[in-house]
Amino acid sequence: MSTQPTIDLLKQNPGRVIFIGAVLAAAICAFAYTGGFFSPHRISANRLVDAIEVSGGGAHEGFRRAHAKGICVAGTFLASAEAKTLSRAAVFSGDVVPVTGRFAEATPDPFTNDTTTAPVRSMALRLQPPHADEWRTGMNDTPGLHVSTPQAFYENVVASTPDPGTGKPDPARMQAYLDRHPETVAFLARLKARPFSSGFANDSYNSVNGFIFVSGDGKRRLVRWTMQAEDPFSTLSPEDRAARSANYEFDDLLARVARGPIKWQLIAILATPGDPNKATEVWPEDRQKVALGELTIAHVESETRGNCQDVNYDPLVLPSGIDPSDDPIPYARSAAYSTSFRRRAGETKPPSAVANQSAGTGP
Amino acid sequence: MIQTVQRFNLLARLLHWTMAALILTMAFVGIGMVSTLSPKYHQLLSLHKSVGSLILVLVAVRLVNRLLNPPPPLPLDLPGWQQFLATGSHVILYALMFALPLVGWSMLSAGGYPIVVFGAIHLPPLLPHNAPVFALLRTTHTVLALLLFATFLGHLGAALFHALIRRDDVLKSMV
Repeated sequence: MSTQPTIDLLKQNPGRVIFIGAVLAAAICAFAYTGGFFSPHRISANRLVDAIEVSGGGAHEGFRRAHAKGICVAGTFLASAEAKTLSRAAVFSGDVVPVTGRFAEATPDPFTNDTTTAPVRSMALRLQPPHADEWRTGMNDTPGLHVSTPQAFYENVVASTPDPGTGKPDPARMQAYLDRHPETVAFLARLKARPFSSGFANDSYNSVNGFIFVSGDGKRRLVRWTMQAEDPFSTLSPEDRAARSANYEFDDLLARVARGPIKWQLIAILATPGDPNKATEVWPEDRQKVALGELTIAHVESETRGNCQDVNYDPLVLPSGIDPSDDPIPYARSAAYSTSFRRRAGETKPPSAVANQSAGTGP
Repeated sequence: MIQTVQRFNLLARLLHWTMAALILTMAFVGIGMVSTLSPKYHQLLSLHKSVGSLILVLVAVRLVNRLLNPPPPLPLDLPGWQQFLATGSHVILYALMFALPLVGWSMLSAGGYPIVVFGAIHLPPLLPHNAPVFALLRTTHTVLALLLFATFLGHLGAALFHALIRRDDVLKSMV
């Protein structure tokens, strides 16, 4: 033990002082390294969401950073008898499951004009069986996804960002992206060939990603699913669509639910061994399909504090009986949605484009 | 004259080194998971929640043990300002060991997320679903985590200072 002043002790032990400093510096460097401070190529959720904000002309405070224009829905899900043979998840037990959710257009602009916005819609659901695991899922009406990796998603967002001078994406930059990503070219061709339904109610929505259904006896199956509309399919001609109002998709949905509940069949598509678990690859039509149950949407209302507006439809909020697969996209979605949610939760949100509207029964 | 080192009791020493490893792991898991979009994000987040809940249980046991078994006194010849830093940093460490898991748990509650630890244990929400509260707690969690990492570095540096430069019994009391 020493009774010398501390400063003298330090002066007498320069080697040991340097050693202690080196230990602490190493700990700080390791921490920074783990956080990606020395990995400029690593794409964090913050970086991806920043890029999405820039591509949409800047952040729209309070709104989701993607699929920004939406409306809340509520209803029920009733599983088929077959569903529980594929997954032991509580949502498939056969009891009536309360459901809340959100329909949206795939745009970073919450005030986009429905007549000109990209023809991509989404359905997000939160299925909450009483006293059991809930299930959240976000589905798109697209034939697969335009990318199969988070890296490609990021590159696509950057290439799609409007040039400040022209207000449009740089064609050369986009072409360079497409040259590197033939899977995006193939997706865009499928999207163009797909008839676009006239509205949310008669549209069908796909899981896009693969998930693992786990049955009661532990059997694991790679599946995708489709929420198949029961309302008859119809399309709008380009002229008819152009003549509609800026919020026609939402006005139509409110009018439709006012006439009675809207229904969808949830259908599982089972992979055959060897099917690619990549969101850009559409599985052949002949894959085994199993009807999992029926979704009934009886109520539609504008986003507001406390309803679907404040829910993060994180695709990895999964019940026991549904697991993530090796499809990398849901992990990236989970991380990016979390960042989007964190940002908008702390901001003041102006009223949505379709505000103070409500139709249907309940909840 | 033979001096015997006054040591923390065995439970305190076990908890100290176990929690040191867990807390250091949490800091690295935390900063790592928010920096990636890869599948590691989900795996690390699941691990982070489970270890966080374990730390909350352990720190409660540790505080009770400390109150029942007061720690050995600091060296009598330690300058007053170092006595103050030592006591203050230990209070901060205990406060943060409680606060970080509780803020994490509250934040997930306010975010409307189900809270599942160790793959199967469902924790009840501590707060009602409230997005602005979520945003506030989420930022608080990051600020407190960085404060804990900084305090940990100070604690480590002080331990090495006692062991290598003052060459007193402070580190020995914990081994």
